[in-house]
Amino acid sequence: MGMTIAEKILAAHSGHDQVVPGQLIECTTDWVLCHEITTPAALRMLEERGMDRVFDPQKIVAVPDHSVPAMNIKAAKMYQKLKSWVQEKGIRHFYDVGRGGIAHVVLENTGLIKPGQTLVSGDSHTCNAGALGCFATGVGSTDLAGAIYAGKVWFKVPETMLIRVTGELQPGVTPKDLVLEVIRRIGADGANYLVMEWVGDTIERMDMEGRFTLTNMAIEAGGKTGIVAVDDTTRAYMAARGVTPDQYTEYTSDPDARYKVVIDLDASKVEPTVAYPHIPSNGRVAGQDRIPITHAYVGSCTNGRIGDLRDVARILKGRRVADGVQMIVVPATQAIWKQAAQEGLLEIFVEAGASVSYPSCGACLGMHSGVLGPGDVCISSSNRNFVGRMGDPSAQIYLASPATVAASAVAGYISDPREYNPQGQGTEAAD
Amino acid sequence: MPTVHVFARDHINTDEIIPARHLTTDVESELAKYAMEDYDKDFVRRVKPGDIIVAGADFGCGSSREHAVWALRGAGVAAVIAPNFARIFYRNAINNGFLALECENVVETFMDGDPAELDLTGGTITNLRTGQTLHFVPVPQFALDVQKAGGWLEYMREQDRQQSGQPQQEEQHA
Ligand code: SF4
Repeated sequence: MGMTIAEKILAAHSGHDQVVPGQLIECTTDWVLCHEITTPAALRMLEERGMDRVFDPQKIVAVPDHSVPAMNIKAAKMYQKLKSWVQEKGIRHFYDVGRGGIAHVVLENTGLIKPGQTLVSGDSHTCNAGALGCFATGVGSTDLAGAIYAGKVWFKVPETMLIRVTGELQPGVTPKDLVLEVIRRIGADGANYLVMEWVGDTIERMDMEGRFTLTNMAIEAGGKTGIVAVDDTTRAYMAARGVTPDQYTEYTSDPDARYKVVIDLDASKVEPTVAYPHIPSNGRVAGQDRIPITHAYVGSCTNGRIGDLRDVARILKGRRVADGVQMIVVPATQAIWKQAAQEGLLEIFVEAGASVSYPSCGACLGMHSGVLGPGDVCISSSNRNFVGRMGDPSAQIYLASPATVAASAVAGYISDPREYNPQGQGTEAAD
Repeated sequence: MPTVHVFARDHINTDEIIPARHLTTDVESELAKYAMEDYDKDFVRRVKPGDIIVAGADFGCGSSREHAVWALRGAGVAAVIAPNFARIFYRNAINNGFLALECENVVETFMDGDPAELDLTGGTITNLRTGQTLHFVPVPQFALDVQKAGGWLEYMREQDRQQSGQPQQEEQHA
């Protein structure tokens, strides 16, 4: 019987020739990603049981990102815990503050995680890495502890949802709009326990950054992970990070692989989409309502990459953030920050009146560096708009693409980025 | 003799099982004081060690907090029986060696306070008041092994010992 990519990867990591959905397997993890918020709890669980060991210090990647640079003493202690563990266990892949950034985006750029591999982390957006054709998923404290201890995790083999996207995205419409549209259609639990496998000519033409945005948000539909098959784009991406095809395994879904659901989508019909409060599936067309904003945030593991910053710069160049709007731009990693500086993007942001911050999760989860107050209205390029996610429970969060965030910041209310000449074409209607 | 506590509603979420305001601790005996607080404030006063919760479908939906399992186990609950579970709760239950048993019609078969008998090997639960017996979906052998070991971490430690041929040691306590 045919298998999907996810099934093949899980079979290969559990000593089976074939796995079927529903089967319980013990799976080896090629990588464990650790940040400073969930790792200390897992380490304590291990210590309490006399199991304080690391299955392989070479296969752990540690990146403090949520509360760094430490926002208070408690955060400083969690950071210390991660750092002292890293030093004590000889964990080499440690991306400290100043050399790292948001863990998922740091990891995707290292060349460490490769197609065909497995990855777990105590963070729900671990599914991000699935764009590389690997099986990556977020787990709880016990699972993380087990993965650190033995490099193993158990799975109930998930079924797969096939998302087939064909046609050209309109200018000004981005992969973020596409994933928000899919979540709008299937609902915030539409992919509960499923793998979301993305195929079709739209995906084939999409760059890796766009694919990461798609797989990153699998969890917003309840998905176990997102996945995209390896192609020339993936190979070139890996090659640019010094990884050659003989160093990884490419899996493709069999023609007779079984899918629980198939979703067909015409990319040319997707509009710039904004998810209204308080659930990511609450998508509407950008600009259909005139909603004044107080905050605009570009950043997060979903949309803080260089292409996202370029989209923002194209719109902000020669324009100003509207009075009364606080805009912050957070490049996802140090490398992206540097690249943006070299390209002159940071200067464009500052000229426009936006605040450029250091790489961190900070504002995305309302922890620090951009927390929303009562009644604030924020348009955000991040991934969750739950009550209280970015700060006060009465704040309103709208999720959108970086281009829509930029256009809205300039207008002062939620706007359609296509009216802001995002691709250097057409008129500048709303300037 | 275990007593059954019936929480008949579907979609009982982890906020009801253990409200977020109590997440500042992960000590099980502390969490136990607040088990089911936002669904039934008196539950912790009624529950006795070994008791069973019978609940509606999708039990444990919402956040991934493992504290939900810890709170119930800490309160003495031996098993939750429901038509089905939210997947992360189910996963956390297995990882903690806690019984989450899938069983159709269970809500209709029990009344709050009924005495019950759970037969894990036979895969049945019997209402001792009415004599009615229901079969639950067999617990995968793997989950039973994890439960027997005391949890996923203990299970792995056991596997390690067997592989390295070490004799079984005294359980280490924190
Ligand atoms: S950027 Fe936001 S969603 Fe991504 S890992 Fe950080 S807190 Fe989580």
